Amino acid sequence: MKKSVFLGALTVAGLAAAAAAAGTVDDVKARGKLNCGVTTGLVGFAAPDANGEWNGFDVAVCRGVAAAVLGDPAAVEFVPTTGKTRFTALASGEIDMLARNTTWTFSRDVDLKFTFVGVNYYDGQGFMVPKDLGVSSAKELDGATVCIQTGTTTELNLADFFRSNNISYEPVPIETNAEAQQQYLAGACDVYTTDASGLAATRATFEDPAAHVLLPEIISKEPLGPLVRHGDNEWGDVVRWTLNALITAEELGVTSANIGEMAAGTNNPEINRLLGTEGTLGEMLGLDAEWAKRAIMAGGNYGEIFAKNIGEDTPIGLARGLNAQWTEGGLLYSPPFR
Amino acid sequence: MTDTSSQIAFVQKEPIPESPPPSTAAGPVKWMRDNLFSGWLNSLLTLAALWAIYVILSGTLPWLLNGVWNADSLAECREILNGKTGACFAVLAERWNQLLFGFKYPADLYWRPTLAFVLLFVAVAPVLFFDLPRKLLMFTALYPFIAFYLIWGGTIWSPIFALAGFAAWYMVFERLGKNSFVQGFFGGAAVAAIVWGIGSFITGAIAPEEPFLQAVPSRDLGGFMLNMMLGVTCVSLSIPIGIVLALGRQSDMPLIKIICVVFIEFIRGVPLITLLFVASVMLAYFFPPDSTVDLFLRVVIMITVFSAAYIAEVIRGGLAALPTGQYEAADSLGLDYPQAMRLIILPQALKISIPGIVNVAVGLFKDTTLVSVISMFDLLGMIRGPILASTEWNGVYWELLGFAALLFFVVCYGISQYSQWLERRLATDHR
Repeated sequence: MKKSVFLGALTVAGLAAAAAAAGTVDDVKARGKLNCGVTTGLVGFAAPDANGEWNGFDVAVCRGVAAAVLGDPAAVEFVPTTGKTRFTALASGEIDMLARNTTWTFSRDVDLKFTFVGVNYYDGQGFMVPKDLGVSSAKELDGATVCIQTGTTTELNLADFFRSNNISYEPVPIETNAEAQQQYLAGACDVYTTDASGLAATRATFEDPAAHVLLPEIISKEPLGPLVRHGDNEWGDVVRWTLNALITAEELGVTSANIGEMAAGTNNPEINRLLGTEGTLGEMLGLDAEWAKRAIMAGGNYGEIFAKNIGEDTPIGLARGLNAQWTEGGLLYSPPFR
Repeated sequence: MTDTSSQIAFVQKEPIPESPPPSTAAGPVKWMRDNLFSGWLNSLLTLAALWAIYVILSGTLPWLLNGVWNADSLAECREILNGKTGACFAVLAERWNQLLFGFKYPADLYWRPTLAFVLLFVAVAPVLFFDLPRKLLMFTALYPFIAFYLIWGGTIWSPIFALAGFAAWYMVFERLGKNSFVQGFFGGAAVAAIVWGIGSFITGAIAPEEPFLQAVPSRDLGGFMLNMMLGVTCVSLSIPIGIVLALGRQSDMPLIKIICVVFIEFIRGVPLITLLFVASVMLAYFFPPDSTVDLFLRVVIMITVFSAAYIAEVIRGGLAALPTGQYEAADSLGLDYPQAMRLIILPQALKISIPGIVNVAVGLFKDTTLVSVISMFDLLGMIRGPILASTEWNGVYWELLGFAALLFFVVCYGISQYSQWLERRLATDHR
């Protein structure tokens, strides 16, 4: 009897705690600001400009969510996190979501108890070599010296790749990307390897970027995406479908330029459902009907965000590659808005 | 006998006019012979040194003098330089405000931290140079509250009540401390706590919606300002705490001694970066999300605790260097413990400890850059994060890090020069 009362009290307490922990949507609305974790600075993905205004590919996701939930893409408190502080900041509730080029892995999802709501950038480890080396494939790199950041998954991936291809290499361990740039330019190593987006950003800073090539091999999978805490599925849905709305908008041809006329009603029912002129998708999400419209207007659809921050017209100059829509041979495939 | 005088062919009648010494025995030539070319080994070393200087200058001078100050991005810098060597100082010209104040401190409020910085010199002057009139110490006592109000803004009542608490503490100490130091100290602390409690209650009630100085949250602080704030606060807090710890470690009372020993040894056995991670990451788990202690305060506490432990050991060295006779002399004069410490032991022990304390202070000031690891944007954090991550300035390393090195060097060299002056000023022995 005593025991069951105790257990009952414990259950009630647990439920109350869960109820208190849930409702991030309401918390954000009450606060009037979205606390979004970003990196302390990564070229093209997140960095404040000369006026202290945050810009970048990951930042655009935060702004989209803020626009969907709060109606104002500027209502974001950007909380810069390092690779070491990011997960605790999210787990402790200091931030509502993390959009910080974080790779979706099994252990982060299951063991650290986070929910990855999707992938906004498919990255992978690549190689950069000087053009003079005359190498066109990573498999020709037998005996090369390779600049590699220590203590990262890239180090392990590299060892796996060279072993499975039965070729040898000599690692030059380095600590940071900045150091790697200097070492590579000074000729301390023939090859520099890290995530392909990072390689492109690094190459963009060289005096003569054309003298260096990225090899076609991508030797690892690095799906980067925004994540939230386990245990608040409503909030997870909001972030997930905001990201999907941006991707779907590109697929359906909804851009920040034509969204005004599209929102007046089109003869494509999915666009109408997305933009809230048909159906009650927003209501199901606990938001109003125009949530997705605002998210898209915040920075454009996925393609526009990509082109503006890291696309081929920017100094970083990343091609869409894997990050093209599924209709164009990429991996971006948003579930339907229905 | 002949008149010898008439046979002398020549007599010098007036003194020979002074002629300049031979050019090899005076002037720059002699100086060079003495100092630079006094032997074949020294000549060789001189030539080697000259060559090294030439190599360094020929490498750096074109880079410095050719520097580009007006450009919007690294690419534009390179365009202007057009293949010549030259620095891209344009990044400093564009981002100087971010380097000094962080990227979130409102630009129209820059005058506030600047004013606080200028007042800092007024405040520390009477502490550093004790020939200045002692009345100036009044301003020093007020300075922390003024600086707090200037930098953070917000309602003026919080610094006023904080000040009132300390004033009450001091008054109680004056009243009771004459009889018993301990009674005065802790009685004062209790009264101050009461004043602060009431003060925080009243402040909450009467704080205006629109304070006279716009409030700036701690998260918006950054740049070199953050390094200076952390450095100044932590050094000035950790010296008194370090003295107390050092005395506690020498105490005859076992409980106090054990507490101090455990504290010092534990803190010294843990790297600073670990303490900072505890401050920024672990503590977040223990507080509810809404009511955390300010991150700046958490970091100040951790750095202070860390440097206090080191300073305590430095001062213990000073105490140990005093001959037992000094302690006995104090006892024989009938002084009690606080008096003996204040009047006889500590003045001598602290004088001996100056180089060690300065060493810790300089190290601590440079250690404040470690906060960039817990995503606070101090000078180094600004460089490594936002500025190098902007598409315009990615790849500008030497200019930015050189600027940071220059700022830190100026401050650290200043501290070092002051300590040497202080040692000369306090020298009473016959070395």
